[in-house]
Amino acid sequence: MQFMLLFSRQGKLRLQKWYISLSDKEKKKITRELVQTILARKPKMCNFLEWRDLKIVYKRYASLYFCCAIEDQENELITLEIIHRYVELLDKYFGSVCELDIIFNFEKAYFILDEFLLGGEVQETSKKNVLKAIEQADLLQEVSYSTSLLY
Amino acid sequence: MPAPIRLRELIRTIRTARTQAEEREMIQKECAAIRSSFREEDNTYRCRNVAKLLYMHMLGYPAHFGQLECLKLIASQKFTDKRIGYLGAMLLLDERQDVHLLMTNCIKNDLNHSTQYVQGLALCTLGCMGSSEMCRDLAGEVEKLLKTSNSYLRKKAALCAVHVIRKVPELMEMFLPATKNLLNEKNHGVLHTSVVLLTEMCERSPDMLAHFRKVRILRLLRILGRNDDDSSEAMNDILAQVATNTETSKNVGNAILYETVLTIMDIKSESGLRVLAINILGRFLLNNDKNIRYVALTSLLKTVQTDHNAVQRHRSTIVDCLKDLDVSIKRRAMELSFALVNGNNIRGMMKELLYFLDSCEPEFKADCASGIFLAAEKYAPSKRWHIDTIMRVLTTAGSYVRDDAVPNLIQLITNSVEMHAYTVQRLYKAILGDYSQQPLVQVAAWCIGEYGDLLVSGQCEEEEPIQVTEDEVLDILESVLISNMSTSVTRGYALTAIMKLSTRFTCTVNRIKKVVSIYGSSIDVELQQRAVEYNALFKKYDHMRSALLERMPVMEKVTTNGPTEIVQTNGETEPAPLETKPPPSGPQPTSQANDLLDLLGGNDITPVIPTAPTSKPASAGGELLDLLGDINLTGAPAAAPAPASVPQISQPPFLLDGLSSQPLFNDITTGIPSITAYSKNGLKIEFTFERSNTNPSVTVITIQASNSTELDMTDFVFQAAVPKTFQLQLLSPSSSIVPAFNTGTITQVIKVLNPQKQQLRMRIKLTYNHKGSAMQDLAEVNNFPPQSWQ
Repeated sequence: MQFMLLFSRQGKLRLQKWYISLSDKEKKKITRELVQTILARKPKMCNFLEWRDLKIVYKRYASLYFCCAIEDQENELITLEIIHRYVELLDKYFGSVCELDIIFNFEKAYFILDEFLLGGEVQETSKKNVLKAIEQADLLQEVSYSTSLLY
Repeated sequence: MPAPIRLRELIRTIRTARTQAEEREMIQKECAAIRSSFREEDNTYRCRNVAKLLYMHMLGYPAHFGQLECLKLIASQKFTDKRIGYLGAMLLLDERQDVHLLMTNCIKNDLNHSTQYVQGLALCTLGCMGSSEMCRDLAGEVEKLLKTSNSYLRKKAALCAVHVIRKVPELMEMFLPATKNLLNEKNHGVLHTSVVLLTEMCERSPDMLAHFRKVRILRLLRILGRNDDDSSEAMNDILAQVATNTETSKNVGNAILYETVLTIMDIKSESGLRVLAINILGRFLLNNDKNIRYVALTSLLKTVQTDHNAVQRHRSTIVDCLKDLDVSIKRRAMELSFALVNGNNIRGMMKELLYFLDSCEPEFKADCASGIFLAAEKYAPSKRWHIDTIMRVLTTAGSYVRDDAVPNLIQLITNSVEMHAYTVQRLYKAILGDYSQQPLVQVAAWCIGEYGDLLVSGQCEEEEPIQVTEDEVLDILESVLISNMSTSVTRGYALTAIMKLSTRFTCTVNRIKKVVSIYGSSIDVELQQRAVEYNALFKKYDHMRSALLERMPVMEKVTTNGPTEIVQTNGETEPAPLETKPPPSGPQPTSQANDLLDLLGGNDITPVIPTAPTSKPASAGGELLDLLGDINLTGAPAAAPAPASVPQISQPPFLLDGLSSQPLFNDITTGIPSITAYSKNGLKIEFTFERSNTNPSVTVITIQASNSTELDMTDFVFQAAVPKTFQLQLLSPSSSIVPAFNTGTITQVIKVLNPQKQQLRMRIKLTYNHKGSAMQDLAEVNNFPPQSWQ
């Protein structure tokens, strides 16, 4: 995977994870273009599209679009599954996740993503293990007495 | 200094902003506060401030002043600090900033931290955004962690290693020993390790869903089998089993099947397996899920060249996809449909395609129209059908037809001599109602100019002739001239047409004179010039007028002596320097029979390399091949056969049926076995054959060049020569790069005219660049099956 973007129906970015090296300007440009392209898609269209030399896999969950850019030889169908798995993880963690959860806890969304994917590849296929690791890390955060300072 | 506001608080506040300006103000205020907090080196709240900065960064505001702070957080001992610090590093820093190198030491320390979650953070960050320098510095640590007993870390280390290798491929060696312990076989990269790691994790916990593992293993198989006949053979059974046993009720099952199909396509699988793969894709086409249909169409498009017959079986399903609602699916279906058109299904397919042209979105119409023209040209069962089809396209999608289709169509019409009356009548009727579609109007104007006499004399045989007077014809042409909708080019066509009619019409010459003289003062320079010249024709050169405006002769589409004409092939145009090409003159010295002439000149577009038939007397003993003159498109001199024996225009034009680099597949009916013409050094060239339905002396050979080595072959040029009694025409290749690992092919069409039905023999010359050096080879092809030339 080259990058993953989460954005709302109004085009506001909620999460961006880049697995390739690009300048800030390029990232902004890509984000803007891609968001526009996807928001213009009609609901009945399929979840894959070609964009530049990449394949884009996207899915809408409630008010959020989850969008991944994969290379030509990667499997689109499995990428859809990856997106779904990530949503399941968020759902389990936050308990019936909604966009607001991700807005107010964006750093948690990143932490969860980083336990699930690494360098653009799936690192852990077991939902249980991902959530367990997050739980432990959260605990570690508590224990170091620094949580209250963050939030 | 009061404690900086909390993260959640800030988010809430910013969200209350009602305008962009208000939001900006809040952000600026907060940034200022954060800045001063940073300046005061406040350790306690640094974490909170950076987190807020990250939120503002996501909204699109600059946050570079927080970069160093991230580093400080990473260096802190508190876990929260590190967590936010690494997150900040991944978001704000990248390898373009020099600052990022400062992270290296911190990461190194954290990779050896006592807490695995800290190590995990470091691995994750390195694996996500590590630059080549960082990777070089830290590869050793990652390798160590690959061997650790901690599986949590091992899995992260494996993927981190994948990133390291992607950034610095030379470091792959370093990881091999570690992975060898995990596998008991030789492997090609850490990619496989991550597969194995996933597998291990899966095997340890029983509730692991197996589908992720299956897909990765299949991908691994794909890579292993790519170049290797033996492993491919071994895999055949596995793949067949997976394909038949996988349940497809959920998307997951389909994902596995899809991966299986991709694997089968990539490796050297036997044909039975490939047919199975295509049947799977065919089933996908019937699936309700549009994603599955899309994926199926894409894959079928990739295989239609190699497994044409198998894909043909699913033609009706593919054609149904033309009616899908989704734009991407429609496009795929259209491309695939064009690839599947052949002499047998042309009528049926054309009906569907014309219907599609009527109803599709504007963005498709141009491509669809071009495709229809090409297909019609290649496979038209009759001239009338051909012209009817063209008319249909012009009338339904007339404004989307590419401008350079007009000359092609005009030429086609010219050459269908017996259809002139019918054509001009239909065109006339078409523009009577509506003359806004420029390509249609241009073709119509040209035809009316040429064949107006047939129109008014009511000579049409094919359908009921209409009654048209000369004045009515001139009326319509003048309307085109005046109309606002007509472009300058169209007006030019109309004016010239009117002028030509002066020699074909009898009663209205004065009217024509008047019209022409009016435009002598037109603002449009082009029109003005034409009108002035035509005027002169009336006044001073009236004696020449009828000769000049005579009926156009049948145009030869292929001259054996020169380069081919402009052909529109889906967006590519080949150069046609008809004006600049001097015919070869004077006898040239014979080179040795061995020498296929080098093609001179540097065309960066894939050149058409037409080979003219040889015509000089046989050199002593050299019975197979005398020199064939290759003609250079840029006009540089080439050693060429003596002009005296070069076939002149008196020879009937052959190979009128379509010029394009699309291979013609018709071996369903003819069943001529294909041959491997050349196989050496990883380059394989296969010939497939088709006999022309209209001309039994013509054999159409489609060559496919594939490359099984691990590096691409570039600047690939294929040349061919045949014995004297044959004529050969080589069309332009699909590309000049043969991709590695058999991931694609170059296709090129050769047409051979064999009027004496002699045994076909061919000498070929291949030039290409491979692994940095220029390669060249000559070979003889002697294994042509008898059905290809008898």
